[in-house]
Amino acid sequence: MAAKKMALIASKGTLDWGYPPYILASTAAALGWEVQVFFTFYGLQLLRKDLSAVKISPLANPAMPMPVPMPVLVQTLPGMESMATMMMKNKMKAKGVASLEELRHICIEAEVRLIACQMTVDLFEFDKNDFIPQAQFGGAATFLGFAGEADVSLYV
Amino acid sequence: MHFDKELDARGLACPLPIVKTRKSLNELASGQVLKVVATDSGSMADMKAFSEQTGHELLEAGQEGALYTFFLKKR
Repeated sequence: MAAKKMALIASKGTLDWGYPPYILASTAAALGWEVQVFFTFYGLQLLRKDLSAVKISPLANPAMPMPVPMPVLVQTLPGMESMATMMMKNKMKAKGVASLEELRHICIEAEVRLIACQMTVDLFEFDKNDFIPQAQFGGAATFLGFAGEADVSLYV
Repeated sequence: MHFDKELDARGLACPLPIVKTRKSLNELASGQVLKVVATDSGSMADMKAFSEQTGHELLEAGQEGALYTFFLKKR
């Protein structure tokens, strides 16, 4: 039986939205599936060597559970984003949730193919040296070439 | 039950128990048995799905309080 295939598009670059693609990719790889993730637009942040700029924001995110009720105006204060990110990371660590770095490392070890959208790199004039060396660069046709044969395709 | 290797996945959240189970199975020979101990309450459903997807037989799945124990036979 040929290995199943999963194709993902990762389009968001916040801490909370960084988890679904890396969790699904690492799990599918553990199931023996062949996996490719296409990182486009803000999703490219997830391929940076340094993930410290990947944050979570309570702003415009009314579903985010807060330890204390926090008015929107307070959420706009400088430093709130960093504080929310730190609190979320601490909570995750306490609950045994892997960091994005860990999950990405697992994906790389399991030979998940990580494709960076070349158009986005050009658009925002990103420096390719800021990305992990395992990132490959390609376009929509690269993704569709794989996704066309995939059993599971998801847009995150 | 007899087992050849034990994986302590206590305190780990999804997807780490499954990822580590896969890694541990890689170190075993066909027919050998891996024991996994976990605290992730989703692991009962996840371990069954893992077994179905990979063909590694789930010989036993048990729960005692907050502790989940699995025995997997490598395909």
